Amino acid sequence: MEQLYRRYGKGLTFMIVSLTAFWLLVLVILPDFKLLEASFRPYLPVVDIGGPKDTYSLGNYAQILGNPVDFSSFGLSFQIPARVKVFVLTIIYSGMVTLIAFLLAYPLCFYLAKVVSNRSLPTLFLLLFVPLWVSEVLRSFAWFIIMTLKGPLNAILMALGAIEKEIRWVDGYSPVVVTLVYAYVLFMVFPIYNSMQSLDNNQLEAAEDLGAPWWRVHWRIVLPHSKPGIASGSVMVFMLSAGSLLVPAIINSTTGNWFTQTIQGIMLEGQDWNTGAAFAFMLLLFCTVAVIAAMRLFRVSLSDIAR
Amino acid sequence: MSAGIELDNVCCDFDSFRAVDHVNVTIQPGEFFSFLGPSGCGKTTILRMISGFTDPTKGVIRIGGEDVLGQRPNQRPTALIFQNLALFPLMPIWENISFGLEVRGVDKATRRRKAEELLALVDLPDSADKMVSQLSGGQKQRVAIARALAVEPAVMLLDEPLSALDLKLRQHMRAELRAIQKRTGVTFIYITHDQGEALAMSDRVGVMSQGRLQQVSNPREIYNNPVNGFVASFVGENNIMVGEIGTRADGVAAFSTALGPFRARIAEGVTTGKLYVRPEFMTLSDKPGAENSVPVTLSEVAFEGNFISVHAVTEGGTTLMAEIRNDGTGALPQTGAAMHMAFDAKNAAILPDANVTRA
Ligand SMILES: Nc1ncnc2c1ncn2[C@@H]1O[C@H](COP(=O)(O)OP(=O)(O)O)[C@@H](O)[C@H]1O
Ligand SMILES: [Mg+2]
Repeated sequence: MEQLYRRYGKGLTFMIVSLTAFWLLVLVILPDFKLLEASFRPYLPVVDIGGPKDTYSLGNYAQILGNPVDFSSFGLSFQIPARVKVFVLTIIYSGMVTLIAFLLAYPLCFYLAKVVSNRSLPTLFLLLFVPLWVSEVLRSFAWFIIMTLKGPLNAILMALGAIEKEIRWVDGYSPVVVTLVYAYVLFMVFPIYNSMQSLDNNQLEAAEDLGAPWWRVHWRIVLPHSKPGIASGSVMVFMLSAGSLLVPAIINSTTGNWFTQTIQGIMLEGQDWNTGAAFAFMLLLFCTVAVIAAMRLFRVSLSDIAR
Repeated sequence: MSAGIELDNVCCDFDSFRAVDHVNVTIQPGEFFSFLGPSGCGKTTILRMISGFTDPTKGVIRIGGEDVLGQRPNQRPTALIFQNLALFPLMPIWENISFGLEVRGVDKATRRRKAEELLALVDLPDSADKMVSQLSGGQKQRVAIARALAVEPAVMLLDEPLSALDLKLRQHMRAELRAIQKRTGVTFIYITHDQGEALAMSDRVGVMSQGRLQQVSNPREIYNNPVNGFVASFVGENNIMVGEIGTRADGVAAFSTALGPFRARIAEGVTTGKLYVRPEFMTLSDKPGAENSVPVTLSEVAFEGNFISVHAVTEGGTTLMAEIRNDGTGALPQTGAAMHMAFDAKNAAILPDANVTRA
């Protein structure tokens, strides 16, 4: 604050601070509060709003529990409310997106940060960035097209003789997961690259000199050093995936519904903003809980992430 | 256990630049050997080739008699102490030290005990559970040494390990390192650009310039009988005079310079060169000496305690330096006085320039 003041003077500092405050308060916090408040009130015809029926309750939240369906997993079958099922699967598959993105990003980052020569680095980064110039909508459509029944993926596989009949790729959650990984993997790459880059090469050499094979160098030196980057990358990818509407909507796999699509249905088709808000807050709450639990499990603190 | 090292015509090129040029040296098991040379002369490159991080472009490296070409650093019986130490900041001290044992599958209790033993050896008890950031420069130094010793290397490679320390600590650590080397009997290969350090610690010193090994010998030989002008200048002060070599007999040659005719030692085969005399071999007197004597005017006299440093200018404007032993009488030569500087032919040498022609 004082630094801002010294650098930009009184007028500009006031403007910067008040604009930031306006953005936070009016454009972020206030609407969220309005939604939070609405989520505890029933969805009523306009005449009843503010009337005796308009009381606070958890009724909207309880709506997630209706409509039981069969669910089987790990050899167990039981009944579970349809929306809870979508909710749970959204969180599980978002976790899977995060894991796959990490598994892809880690070796890539190590290659970029520690193996590649400085000369070819700009070219490689450019190649990473180019797909970002195309909008997310187009990129998701591209994947949809790749995976359609008569699409290039099947065509290539058939030409290679790897398969005899077209495979129905757009089925279940896999196409959504694949496209989400593609859409958000760079959010994993950049923080991990950043933290790996700050690792002193001599540390790697010292470990090897003391006899460590490559995997132990990674396990004991590179991985712990990159933990803050991995943590912030994972939080971003997980939150973005769980909250993504665009990707599951475009892929539109009828057997791979995302919870955001449920919320959208309630809010836009059902016009029930109150219940939609309740569901959205539930998603936010559970994602936050999942993130905190994962941070506990991997012993990462918030200050690590902010670094 | 310690092993000897042989470098047999070793070269290392980076693109077209030759960083190490036909280095030949045999280092004995248990020896404290130093590579001494200015920054950029290829010392680190030599260490990296011995430890396996860089491959020689040409030549053979043998450790304990065995050609190590193709062995990765984690397969060689060497331990390298990096110029910046490269301790692991996220591990406590004892895990740092026992990392090499962890790699070898030693169980935790043994590792811990071994780490504490090594901490005692490097005189740093009660630090096992501290983090690296809690230690001072000298303490980190000791941890790095302990970490390298933990794997019981046959050869320790040290890359300017004392350069980051302040003067006092540096002198203390010199003695300490030497003592650790004696106690463990491990071959130490030590790199430094500080000639005092190299001379004080080493059994033998290899002086390098521009990738070439100039001279390998014990510290006294290096200082008293340098083979060329580079070695003479790098390991101490000199008065240097240019001139022509004249008739020679019994290893002494006439040398005619702008200051007059001199006589000095000369080696077989030396045909061109300059004359080098160390300041401590210059004498100062009211009368001209029998030979090798120059009339001078004193320009600067400084009392240094154990000796008196004198700078003097000749008629032609050349500056000569002398270090006169303090004889305890308290009489100092006066600045501006006209006197004669002289030296003994056996204390002066005609030396060729450095051997740096690129092959
Ligand atoms: N990886 C490298 N690539 C290109 N040049 C290098 C590399 N490593 C060292 N050099 C060059 O080789 C020469 C010797 O370097 P080095 O062995 O580090 O010298 P010293 O340790 O004696 O200061 C220097 O001129 C340096 O610039
Ligand atoms: Mg160096």
